Amino acid sequence: MIPELGHVSLIIAFVLAIGLAAVPMWGALRRDIAAMNTAPSLAVGVTVFVGIAFALLAVSFLQDDFSVAVVAANSNSLLPPIFKFSAVWGNHEGSLLLWVLILSGWMTAVAYFSRGLPLVMVARVLSVMGMVAVGFLAFSLLTSNPFERLLPNTPLDGNDLNPLLQDPGLIIHPPLLYMGYVGLSVPFAFAIAALMGGRLDASWARWSRPWTNVAWGFLSLGIMLGSWWAYYELGWGGWWFWDPVENASFMPWLMGAALVHSLAVTEKRGVFRSWTVLLAIFAFSLSLLGTFLVRSGVLTSVHAFAADPERGLFILIFLALVVGGSLLLYALRAPSVASRVAYGAVSRESLLMVNNLVFIVSTVVVLLGTLFPLIMDAFSLGKYSVGPPYFNAVFVPLMALLMPFMAVGPLSRWREDSARRWLHELLVPGLGVMVVAALLGLLGKAAFNIWIAMAVLLSGWVALGVIKDGWRRLSSGMTSGLQWRRLSPSFLGMALAHLGFAGVVLGAVVVTQESEEHDLRMALGDSELLGAYRFELQSLGQQAGPNYLADQAVFEVSRNGEPIAILVPEKRRYFASGQIMTEAAIDASLWRDLYIALGEPIGDNAWAVRLQYKPMVRWLWLGSLMIGFGALVTVFDRRYRSQAVRNPVPQTGAKAVAS
Amino acid sequence: MQAKKFIPLLAFVVLAGLLFRGLSIDPSELPAARLGQPFPEFSQPELSTGREVSVEALAVRPALVNVWATWCYSCRVEHPYLIALAQQGVPIYGLNYKDDSAKAREWLTQLGDPYQLNIADVEGSVGLDLGVYGAPETYVLDADGVIAHRHVGVLSEEVFQRDFSPWFSLGASLSEIHGEVGVE
Repeated sequence: MIPELGHVSLIIAFVLAIGLAAVPMWGALRRDIAAMNTAPSLAVGVTVFVGIAFALLAVSFLQDDFSVAVVAANSNSLLPPIFKFSAVWGNHEGSLLLWVLILSGWMTAVAYFSRGLPLVMVARVLSVMGMVAVGFLAFSLLTSNPFERLLPNTPLDGNDLNPLLQDPGLIIHPPLLYMGYVGLSVPFAFAIAALMGGRLDASWARWSRPWTNVAWGFLSLGIMLGSWWAYYELGWGGWWFWDPVENASFMPWLMGAALVHSLAVTEKRGVFRSWTVLLAIFAFSLSLLGTFLVRSGVLTSVHAFAADPERGLFILIFLALVVGGSLLLYALRAPSVASRVAYGAVSRESLLMVNNLVFIVSTVVVLLGTLFPLIMDAFSLGKYSVGPPYFNAVFVPLMALLMPFMAVGPLSRWREDSARRWLHELLVPGLGVMVVAALLGLLGKAAFNIWIAMAVLLSGWVALGVIKDGWRRLSSGMTSGLQWRRLSPSFLGMALAHLGFAGVVLGAVVVTQESEEHDLRMALGDSELLGAYRFELQSLGQQAGPNYLADQAVFEVSRNGEPIAILVPEKRRYFASGQIMTEAAIDASLWRDLYIALGEPIGDNAWAVRLQYKPMVRWLWLGSLMIGFGALVTVFDRRYRSQAVRNPVPQTGAKAVAS
Repeated sequence: MQAKKFIPLLAFVVLAGLLFRGLSIDPSELPAARLGQPFPEFSQPELSTGREVSVEALAVRPALVNVWATWCYSCRVEHPYLIALAQQGVPIYGLNYKDDSAKAREWLTQLGDPYQLNIADVEGSVGLDLGVYGAPETYVLDADGVIAHRHVGVLSEEVFQRDFSPWFSLGASLSEIHGEVGVE
């Protein structure tokens, strides 16, 4: 009964979404206030019924209802309850339902926070999001029904959740990632609404900017969690693989990074308007493309869901309608008159233009690398795979190119600035960073590690720009003393994100350059040295988990005779699938991780063991956390809160808003 | 209205066309020319011993030829299942594809070695002759040394039961399989 109720809720949500896609849009066309006013209630209605469907699917999982196909395929009676719950989105059907649930959550948030916006704008935005919801609900109902029953041949127990997914990181990774993916539909909907209304102005940018920042922040956090999970769960200490599925989430992030910056220009200066609209369309299109690549099976990847050409065709048609329709609208309606607001070649606008170009080129490069096997295959030119060497070779120089500009950006002035002023601001501290970089380059394994020196130079340079900007804000002003109130949430968010980016770069370079690993055989009582650390294998044992049996090895790690940590790596055999998983044991700290993974047992009381020393690997995730939280912090800026009260009547024309 | 504003739309149309084409090709499909052909001739060093081996070395058949590399992390996912298969008596030959041989030997020491022998295809020339798309891939070499099937991606219990059972019945012991078909 419960699955059927869930199915019915999903159908009701679908009908309401059709209403949301049609009625307010029609109302906006006819200036019918009653029709436009239905938008918020319809949005809430969709959310409620998708929420019910999702909750009922979760109940089916928690109650071990193996008559439901997805439960039978992805759960097991022995699975701990928390993983029964996360198993809801550990499969194609359930994760699609999560996608729609998050989309409707975003719609409700837009309905709630945009009450002060012009009605016609709200109606159009929600209606566009409703159209997206119709597509995904239809996809779920027609090709991927999560409530499909296995009757009358109901299995006695389920196949179990893939052990790789039985992990706390995977409980929150997909929801966060989808928050980001789907959240990009909000700036997309604002862009489409603005194109329809012909109003691409500073207030449009101010409305969609906080949404974009939040979505992009979540996307950053989601990608970070995925990388962290891969690091500790796959058992060999890698943190980024350029796998097609990773690229699918990385491309919207890159495009989102361009959009976040371009929106700043449009909000503050009223320029780059068509450009910003286009970026908003691209960012969400890349989200949809990612969904297509992951779920259609056109590219092979270990992450990919079961390939199904029928599903692929459905998403492709949907993609063609959404993206093709938006780009057609763009071609017809984007303002063709060049903006009258001028800016000099040396100005903050130009610097942000550089940012946009770098991020767009990076997106294209990743897109090409991801699709290259498909392109060659389509033209029968052979079968290829593109690996990390390509991506690293093109991506690293692009980021290195970006960073010199990144430091100058926050210090620069809008409209017209001078290179001499930049030099004056940054010359002395810049030389200081150079000296530090040269000294730190000497600390590596090699005599002088040029890569570390470069990374310190670039990251230090970026940090410098942020610090100088903060100091200038604090100390300038009429009164003496520090002006803490001048550090607005906008500034703090930017500072946090830029510092985080510098941290990621530094961490990535150091961990790539200075990691050490030993693969060796260790018997009971053996001890091995890795750098200054001594690893001693103290005991071996077995431990039963709820749905697996684990071989455990207990290591004591010491440095100069001082014990540091007891690490217990495991090798687990899961009962239901017979799959074997390596659980690495990690002693983490800010400056280094010590990482032990068990290989295979070799003879009596001996194992093949991999010991790793990973310096500064945490910086990758701490930096990404800072990027994500930085983006989230910006929404608390006062000017976004006051938008609801101000501007009940839409203003027209490009209006520069004072910062 | 300006023509250049249609550029993004045109670019998307091209991309959509490509994706549509992509849907109709199965990335795991073996180029038709290879199926039913004998395994290509080669002469490469064996990974652990370093001695030259040729196609004659793949004598125990039917067997799997598994394409793997240390840079391929799906291979890591697949590896425990290969070991399980080897323990059940399925002969597996490895094609260590475009890899650093030292790293590959370390991998086998650490993770276990399910292979009868490994062709060290450092330049990828055997892979090229075979039409390898990427790692991991697994081929069935039937009793006559002919390539009978190809699987792209991770080999799992499910895939094996579904696609490989015509050549290997896991209930039966190794001697039974080879008793039936006869080892040349």
